[in-house]
Amino acid sequence: MTAPKTGVYICHCGTNISAMVDVEAVRDWALDELGDKGVVVSRDYPFMCSSLGQELIEKDIKEYGLERVVVGACSPHMHEKTFREASSNAGLNPYLAELVSIREQVSWVHTDKAKATEKAKAIIAGGVYRVAEHEPLEPLIAPVNNATLIVGGGIAGLTAALEIAKAGYPVHIVEREPSIGGHMAQYDKTFPTLDCAACILTPKMVDAGAHKNITLHTWSEVVDVSGSVGDFKIKVKHKPRYVVEADCTGCGICWEKCPVQVIDTGFESGLGYRKAIYTPFPQAVPKYPVLTPDDCTYFAKGTCRACEKFCPVDCIDFTQTDEFVEFNVGSILLATGFQPFDARRIESYGYGRLPNVFTSMEFERMSNAAGPTGGKIVLRDGVTEPKAVAIVHCVGSRDKNTNEYCSAVCCMQSLKFAHLVREHTKADVYECYIDMRTPGKGYDEFYNRVLEEGTQFIRGRVAEITDSLRYPEEEGHEGRLIVQVEDTLAGVKRRIPVDMVMLSTGIEPQADATEVARMFGVGCSSKGFIIERHAKLDPVATMTDGVFAAGTALGPRDIPSSVSNGAAAAATILSRIAQGEIAMEPYRASVDTERCSGCRICNDLCPFSAITFDEMAMVTNINPKLCQGCGVCVAACPANAISGSGFSHHQIMAQIDGLLSYPGGSDGRPVEEAVGATA
Amino acid sequence: MTAPMTTPQTSAMAPAVTAQPFEPLILGFTCNWCSYRAADLAGTSRIKYPDNVRLIRLMCSGRMEPEFILEGFAKGADAVIMTGCWPEDCHYRIQSVKALRRFLFLRRMLSDLGIEPARLQRFYASAAEGKRFADEMTRIVAEVKALGPIPPEIRVTLAAEPAAPAPVAEPVEVEA
Repeated sequence: MTAPKTGVYICHCGTNISAMVDVEAVRDWALDELGDKGVVVSRDYPFMCSSLGQELIEKDIKEYGLERVVVGACSPHMHEKTFREASSNAGLNPYLAELVSIREQVSWVHTDKAKATEKAKAIIAGGVYRVAEHEPLEPLIAPVNNATLIVGGGIAGLTAALEIAKAGYPVHIVEREPSIGGHMAQYDKTFPTLDCAACILTPKMVDAGAHKNITLHTWSEVVDVSGSVGDFKIKVKHKPRYVVEADCTGCGICWEKCPVQVIDTGFESGLGYRKAIYTPFPQAVPKYPVLTPDDCTYFAKGTCRACEKFCPVDCIDFTQTDEFVEFNVGSILLATGFQPFDARRIESYGYGRLPNVFTSMEFERMSNAAGPTGGKIVLRDGVTEPKAVAIVHCVGSRDKNTNEYCSAVCCMQSLKFAHLVREHTKADVYECYIDMRTPGKGYDEFYNRVLEEGTQFIRGRVAEITDSLRYPEEEGHEGRLIVQVEDTLAGVKRRIPVDMVMLSTGIEPQADATEVARMFGVGCSSKGFIIERHAKLDPVATMTDGVFAAGTALGPRDIPSSVSNGAAAAATILSRIAQGEIAMEPYRASVDTERCSGCRICNDLCPFSAITFDEMAMVTNINPKLCQGCGVCVAACPANAISGSGFSHHQIMAQIDGLLSYPGGSDGRPVEEAVGATA
Repeated sequence: MTAPMTTPQTSAMAPAVTAQPFEPLILGFTCNWCSYRAADLAGTSRIKYPDNVRLIRLMCSGRMEPEFILEGFAKGADAVIMTGCWPEDCHYRIQSVKALRRFLFLRRMLSDLGIEPARLQRFYASAAEGKRFADEMTRIVAEVKALGPIPPEIRVTLAAEPAAPAPVAEPVEVEA
């Protein structure tokens, strides 16, 4: 077999590659040494991905009649599509072009130019050997269902839902709380403009609740996802509200009459009370209340039923159970949000032990006019106004003991708190920060405003918050809190007596974030934040086709970013819907039934149920629609009856040979000679 | 006849070096979703690691055929690394575990062939763990350096009797 005519293209990537790899040497070497492997032309170019670089390849394909193309440049996850399209433009099947990485795997990670150049040569050889074994392939085409599932009804999810619904396509929002709105509904004011969160959020909630294209599944959870790109089958569990939604008018008599009062650890962050049957807040959408059986007297003792007796439309139903609904969607958006860092985890700050240490979420509720204190900033006793307040930044952020990342919003939320405390109480405010991070539009201006208002800023991480006085000068501060902090700008240790401490808690992934990621087949970091397909260029797509993510499920971010994410995800999803179909990589396993012995070893290996056994013919079949292309069955087949396109046995073996035939670099052992000599 | 530990340099490509310390040649396999992206991230973050490792991307670590490893050792690799998704985050749900099963079996098989099990390594790296990827590469290269090269007679045995790859079936028929 004569080797197919191959063109080799080495990218400088500006100097990203050429600074550490002698690209000219690799270019010449490829033509000289890989000639018998079919290389007929080898070029280098400053930016292979530029239109001029691509034209170079296209021209060569036509002029030299190239049958294969190998590009040595960045990661295939970056520009594989680019070079496949270039090849396709020139009439070469796109799957006969291969991009091998000499940037992420060579120039960016190695420091010895000679060795790096040798490794780059070996990688090019691996590509040339491999691509000779390639077969023309065509992408698989799947139709895209025009419905969308949005998991999470916070501001990111709502924004996306409204955009998609307004375009005329059906949206299902699944929200596990009784109402949509997310964390934003709990906030008082939003930085830096200080507009009231509810005023800007609730119109969106109402729109979403009323839109004919939006189906709300509140008090519900997704329990199963199956199917594949373009057509996912979703199973949602509706938890029982014990209220017949079709009849309920949301009049509120049931929760007025309910005799059971419990601490509201949800919406009111433990500062207020709710009943056993309740709506989380007055503007909740939908308006129907929820009864929690753990709190309800009837479920505990079998008597009471006050809500049922007083309900004017008889819509209380104690017999309700979980209901399951199923529907199909073409796209999924994960906007599952965050949970605030649990301040109890930093014991030296005393949250949960010292009554007048509060968290940011508690402060939001306290400062809210509709909140449990009616907007009064008061100590835990509910009446005393503080005379001095300390605000502690970076609680659960930028800390090796908890989370190393910056939570992105705490500086601004702390500045907002400082402003609100002074507005409500005229107390002295001390802000203890590590670095002030105010990079948004109008953010630094807001910082200056708070500075001018007279808030005292102390640069240093707070070491301890205590109620035990230690020095004579602290006499007279009994019953107050001492904030111990090193003022790194003045170079002194301070012990500041205050009445109230506010811990500006960071953003953490939801407790079950990894389970959710697993259910939807998307990757997440060890902390639980979903990983973007590309952090910069594809920030709302995930590694799984058709599954997108937005908002704080991706990582810490503020409301404007979450809204942008939601809108970006909506645009991406609408683009898919408008295209009507989606092209997928044609990497699939297939069975040569002539070779299949019917041993059934592969039968239990497929988690996607793509492998079935034909009892009549006694052979195994693989359904290409269900196959995801992992190749586990290909590797397992003892008869080599299963082949995997794009990653075939011969392709990988050829790549191994190419990579190892040119050891060069390191100690340059020419393996074949070494083996030959001993033999 | 015993072969020299480092063969005299005969290749025209690389400068002749004889008295250098042993630099192993290592073949690394990654999955497409997690560990390859970890390698990408190590690159993007400019985290340095030794240049002894050459990577091959598979779609899933479970695609690993025993022949790939034997071929690697026969063709000059001093070690082979299998990397993939953390089992709980596997892009293909549970296929990473199947790779683990195969890995444990292969390690045992290698010792029967006279190759130290430590020459077959496995680790997980999520797409966010570029640092971990680089650290593991550094660790493994150091370990393999300590092991030294594979005795040539063992490599000859592997090369003389390659695991016969049967002709592979037709490529997948793609439905449009």
